[in-house]
Amino acid sequence: MIAGRGLLAPLLVLAVLLAAPPFVSSYVLTLLTQSVIYAIAAMSLDVLLGYLGLASLGHAAYLGVGAYSVGILATRHGAGFGTILLAGIGFALVLAAVFGLLALRATGVYFLMITLALGMVAWGLAYRWVSLTQGDNGISGVPRPDLSLPWSLGDAIPFYYFALAGFLLALGVLWVIVHSPFGKSLVGVRESETRMRTLGYHVWLHKYLGFVISGGVAGFGGVLWAYYNGFVSPADLELSTSVELLLMVALGGRGTLLGPALGAGIIVLLKNLVSVYTHRWLLILGAAYIGTILYAPEGVVGAMRRVSANAEPAPARPEA
Amino acid sequence: MDFWITQIFNGTSYGALLFLLAAGLTLIFGMMRIVNMTHGSYFLLGGYVGLTVIWRTGSFPLAILVAAVAIAALGVVQWRLFLHRLAGQELGQVLTTVGFALIFQDLALIIWGGEPYTIPAPKALTGTVSAGTLYFPVYRIFMIGVAALVAILLWFVLERTRVGAMMRATVDDAEMASGVGIDVRRISMGVFALGALLAAGAGVVGGAFVGVYPGADFEILPYAFVVVIVGGMGSLRGALIGSLLVGLLDNFGKALFPEFSYFTLFAPMAVILAVRPTGLFGRT
Repeated sequence: MIAGRGLLAPLLVLAVLLAAPPFVSSYVLTLLTQSVIYAIAAMSLDVLLGYLGLASLGHAAYLGVGAYSVGILATRHGAGFGTILLAGIGFALVLAAVFGLLALRATGVYFLMITLALGMVAWGLAYRWVSLTQGDNGISGVPRPDLSLPWSLGDAIPFYYFALAGFLLALGVLWVIVHSPFGKSLVGVRESETRMRTLGYHVWLHKYLGFVISGGVAGFGGVLWAYYNGFVSPADLELSTSVELLLMVALGGRGTLLGPALGAGIIVLLKNLVSVYTHRWLLILGAAYIGTILYAPEGVVGAMRRVSANAEPAPARPEA
Repeated sequence: MDFWITQIFNGTSYGALLFLLAAGLTLIFGMMRIVNMTHGSYFLLGGYVGLTVIWRTGSFPLAILVAAVAIAALGVVQWRLFLHRLAGQELGQVLTTVGFALIFQDLALIIWGGEPYTIPAPKALTGTVSAGTLYFPVYRIFMIGVAALVAILLWFVLERTRVGAMMRATVDDAEMASGVGIDVRRISMGVFALGALLAAGAGVVGGAFVGVYPGADFEILPYAFVVVIVGGMGSLRGALIGSLLVGLLDNFGKALFPEFSYFTLFAPMAVILAVRPTGLFGRT
């Protein structure tokens, strides 16, 4: 199913990403770093939205838990990278395991709303639980991880490769998962729960595992995000962050994994570059939301696959 | 005791404001299944338009009227041009309406700037009423009164008039309703306008209470959604009880457990939803 041609574009992009640092300005490099980190979160949401067909309005919660794990453990307990990484992913998995129990009782609009409420729970804790999170001020001064490498991750270029490695790791893990029989079963659940149930699948369990995996990977993205920013605040968990992740997935193409990663890059670049030229970036971003739905409902990658002559049909139904 | 009475009063008055916002949202939700993330913007834009009217004319009632009508028109245009095409596409609705919300936010920033404002309440509504050792701000009493009036009016229209019967029929089953000759499109448009109108009115009433400032739209939006969802989509009674519940939980959370105030609000909501995904008064 992955013809040579289908692999060409991603490999080209990867080559560009690997070779870019010496040729781009430090500003562009920070944007690339942001893009690959957000791509992790967007790909994790794609497991829910693209493969399971569940639109979540609370995905920033897992990103935030990962980020706050770094903020709290690194600044207050001086924990090392390994501990923090495990804790960040672990807490995100636990949160997703709890939230999943509640959220998966609903579908469709109700799923959207229950994840909205759950996302607000996480945001509310970050915002108000001042003794733990320092509230609205956020936690600043998060040090970059020390991996005893010959290069300091405090520098932009090594950290970029560090983030890129994290992105490739997340991509690899998610790629294996969605192309495994388990991943196929998620698509089956999206298309028809009844059919899958008749075939003997434990539908709820599959959805639940998909939900938890999605949260865990988002937590990993959150860990990298906090290290990159050196700062964690409730803004990382805001409703608008969750919505932006949805836009990244929709813009790139649901159920394509690489599409959402591309969508993340587009949105990060758009947000930052537009704000250089005009103060009206909210207008542009708003237009991007509306334009995506009206003109590219299946996303960039989905549209490319449709145009390509011998491509398979886009896996995600546009009207889902 | 005084503490409890004051907190219950404060919670109820905030609930009253939420009801004004959520009543329209629940009807829109119930009837069209549209997830309208622009609803908070109607609230904010209503506040801004009302502010301008007050600056020009000094009339509070006129501010409510002009804001409500102007924003209702805006909602109708938005619905006619975009939203009615997205029936059944939740993700599309969320992203499109968020897009509109961002655009409206920026337009408001261009027109009114980033300064926070408070709408000046009419003289008659300022001050407090005292009862024994307790003092109740008149404006909060006014908000409760307005919400009660709107609730009664909506109830009357929905339950006692022909248009209301058509609206209820559309909420119950839009296909059947159109089958018996109800113009579902027109009813839907009317309800959308009504929702925007109430939200804008709430924006003016609330503008004298919580203020009018950039970001107020996305601040109040989750509250309105939680009210609607907990009460049950399309249920006016649900919206009423939901707003009271949310107003009280919010208030007591902030007073009793400041560090967990949002947790004490949203966590019970999430649990209610998990137990009854269609809300307290929603139909399954």
